[in-house]
Amino acid sequence: MALTIEQPGLLTTVQDQGRIGYYHVGIPQGGAMDQESAQAANKLVGNTAAEAVLECTYTGPVLTVDAPTTIAVTGADVPVLVNGEEHPAWRRLELAAGDTLKFGVLRGGARFYLAVRGGIAVPEVLGSRSTYAIGRLGGLDGRKLEAGDVVPVGEPTGLLPEVEEIPERLRPAFSRSLELRIMWGLYDHLLTDEGRRRLVEEEWKLTPVADRMGLRFEGPGVEWIQRRQPFGAGSDPSNIVDAGYAVGSIQVPGGTQPIVLHRDAVSGGGYAMVGTVISADMDLLARAAPGTVTRFRAVSMDEALQARRERTERLEEIWAL
Amino acid sequence: MAEIQSPLPGVFYRRPSPDKDPFVRDGDPVETDQVIGLIEVMKQFSEVRSDAAGTLQAFEVEDGDMVNPGDVIAVVAEG
Repeated sequence: MALTIEQPGLLTTVQDQGRIGYYHVGIPQGGAMDQESAQAANKLVGNTAAEAVLECTYTGPVLTVDAPTTIAVTGADVPVLVNGEEHPAWRRLELAAGDTLKFGVLRGGARFYLAVRGGIAVPEVLGSRSTYAIGRLGGLDGRKLEAGDVVPVGEPTGLLPEVEEIPERLRPAFSRSLELRIMWGLYDHLLTDEGRRRLVEEEWKLTPVADRMGLRFEGPGVEWIQRRQPFGAGSDPSNIVDAGYAVGSIQVPGGTQPIVLHRDAVSGGGYAMVGTVISADMDLLARAAPGTVTRFRAVSMDEALQARRERTERLEEIWAL
Repeated sequence: MAEIQSPLPGVFYRRPSPDKDPFVRDGDPVETDQVIGLIEVMKQFSEVRSDAAGTLQAFEVEDGDMVNPGDVIAVVAEG
């Protein structure tokens, strides 16, 4: 069984939970940017959390199936069209052989997920099917989907769940405003008090320069302490001697536009990380469309860990449905 | 009257490059599938095509403006 891609959409890639364990050699974790939505889609079609799905960005693919296929679409609010007729998202759908699936214009959010019963069956590379396009690794030939691709689907691994739909209370919101919780560090001491204040008290707007590597914001800018740059650091005050980057870390190259690194970001470099978006909020960031008005709120490690527990409980609730 | 909607969020451009003429001007004839602008998002430029044939009546967004999915970019008088 396979999906035949008639039109690929802007950026459609195979993604799973990510490629964990190679960050130290420069291979990012990758994986679906909005894990919660991707997992909900897998749940609905009787997959495990580990199966690969298609991540669609802003515009979806047009594809046909060559056999009866069980699917679910979750994530950003998008019209799901089977042979031109609209069907609900967040719900299991049955396609017949020869059916065409396509998507309308997004009503909110940025990324949506298509899970297929049996999972997308591209080969695993370093333990994951996730596409890391810059490294030409994983997914289908290490790249985004293109017209004419035939995407293999695996054999079902489990029974279909009784539940056919993710209840409203477990679906995320896709809003035009966003609060992201961050923890300060490691280099916030290079900001002035005013620079720190602006980051967490002013509003920042997500720009269209936002992809799987990083999401760039515009706003009032920050201020750096003027210092004599150490040997090995660049001349700009936002430069440091190279260091490892955490997923979610916030850099402000030149001091004007903060960039939050996401799952396909490089693992190190020479920009000061003034803070890090907490892991529980990385899915929220992945849901944001350009223009989303964003506030960064500083939290403690205890609050970040509590948020992580709450996220885990939410995921467990989806899997227990 | 046909409204050409943006399929994408991003920055709308009316020219193929800053030193070139616009793809189409108000009052010009347009064909179905003719490119009328570009949208830049994620460092990629995607073409915006007219889904109607007729006369391009007016652009509803300025060159360089942010657009959201579903925003009306231009209006085409069909025929």
